[in-house]
Amino acid sequence: MSGHTVQGIVIVAVMAAATLLTRFLPFILFPAGKKTPQYISFLGTTLPYATIGLLVVYCLKGVNFISWLHAMPEIISVAAIVLLHVWKGNSLLSIGAGTVIYMVLVQGVFR
Amino acid sequence: MENRERTITRTRRARVTVTIRALKHAFPRTVPVMAGYLVLGAAYGILMNINGFGIWWTLAISVFVYAGSLQYLGITFLTAMVNPVYAFFMSLMLNARHLFYGLSMLDKYRDAGKLKPYLIFALTDETFSIVCHEEPPKSIPRYWVCFWISILDHCYWVAGTVIGVLLGSLITFDTTGLDFALTALFVVIFVDQWKSGHGHRAALTGVAASVLCVVIFGQSAFIIPAMILILAAITWDYKKSGKEIEA
Repeated sequence: MSGHTVQGIVIVAVMAAATLLTRFLPFILFPAGKKTPQYISFLGTTLPYATIGLLVVYCLKGVNFISWLHAMPEIISVAAIVLLHVWKGNSLLSIGAGTVIYMVLVQGVFR
Repeated sequence: MENRERTITRTRRARVTVTIRALKHAFPRTVPVMAGYLVLGAAYGILMNINGFGIWWTLAISVFVYAGSLQYLGITFLTAMVNPVYAFFMSLMLNARHLFYGLSMLDKYRDAGKLKPYLIFALTDETFSIVCHEEPPKSIPRYWVCFWISILDHCYWVAGTVIGVLLGSLITFDTTGLDFALTALFVVIFVDQWKSGHGHRAALTGVAASVLCVVIFGQSAFIIPAMILILAAITWDYKKSGKEIEA
C-alpha cells in the first residue's frame, strides 16, 4: 500500500471516529434522566447554524472577490441557488440547478 | 417438556410477527428519504469516482462514516490528503448538530436494549427528522420501528452512492465544476436554517468570523482560528443571556 492510500484510510477512520463521537456523546454523558447542562444544550442549538456559515465560506474561500469578473460564476450560481430555494424550497432542485448553472458558466461563459 | 418447547416456539413466533409489523409500519415513512438519498448518494458516488476514489472507498465510507454532508466535505480532505488532525476537527464541527439530535432522543431510545448502539450510530439528519416524532401504535415497540427506519435509510444511502460510482465510470462529458454541488448543498442548508427563523445571529456569527479569519490568516489556515472565534462568540452570547435572565 502506498503512503497516499494509508493517509486516505487514516482520514476516513478519523471521519468515522468523529461521527461516532458526536452521535454517542449525549448518550454517554447523560444516561437515563440526567439533566443536560444549559451550556451544552445552548451549544447544541446554536453551533449548527454557525457551522454551516463557516462551511459556506470554506467552500468559497478560493474565490477571488477582488476581481469581480473571476468571481462571477460563484456569485451568479450562489444567487440562483438562494433565489430558487427561497422560492421553491426543494433541496434537490436547488442543488441540481445551481450545479448545472455553475458548470455551464465555468465551461462555456467565463473560461 | 413438550409443553415448554411449544411455549418457546410460540413466543418466538410472536416476536417475529411484531418485528415484521414494525417493518410494515416503518417502510412507508422512509420513502421520501429513499428518493433524497438515492439522488444525493448518486451525486456523491459520481464525485468520488471522478476524483479517483472507486467503489471500495465509497462503499467503506458510506457504511462506516454514514454522514452525508461530512462525506461530501471528505472528498476535499481526500483529494488534498489533508492532515488527519485537521480532518478530525472539521468533522467534529460539522457534526456538532448530532449532539442536539442525541439530546432529543435520550428518552426515546432508553429502552432499546441491544438495538440501541445501532440506532445511535445511524442517527443522520434525515433519519432523525422521521424518528423524532414517530409514535407507533401501542402493539408495536417503538424501537423496532426506529430500527427499521434507520437500517432502511442506511441501505438507501449505501445503494445510492454505489450506483453513483457505477454511473460515474460511464460519464463522458466534461465534469469541470461538478464539485460545486458541495457549495450548493451548504448554501441550501444555510437557506433552510435561515427560513426556520431560528439562529440568525449564530449563522451571521459563523459567516463573519470565517470571513474575518480568511482575511487575517489566509485561506489555508483560517479554519481552526475561525472555530475558536465562533466558540468564543457563542460562549460570550451565552454568558450575556444568562446574566439577563438573572437580572
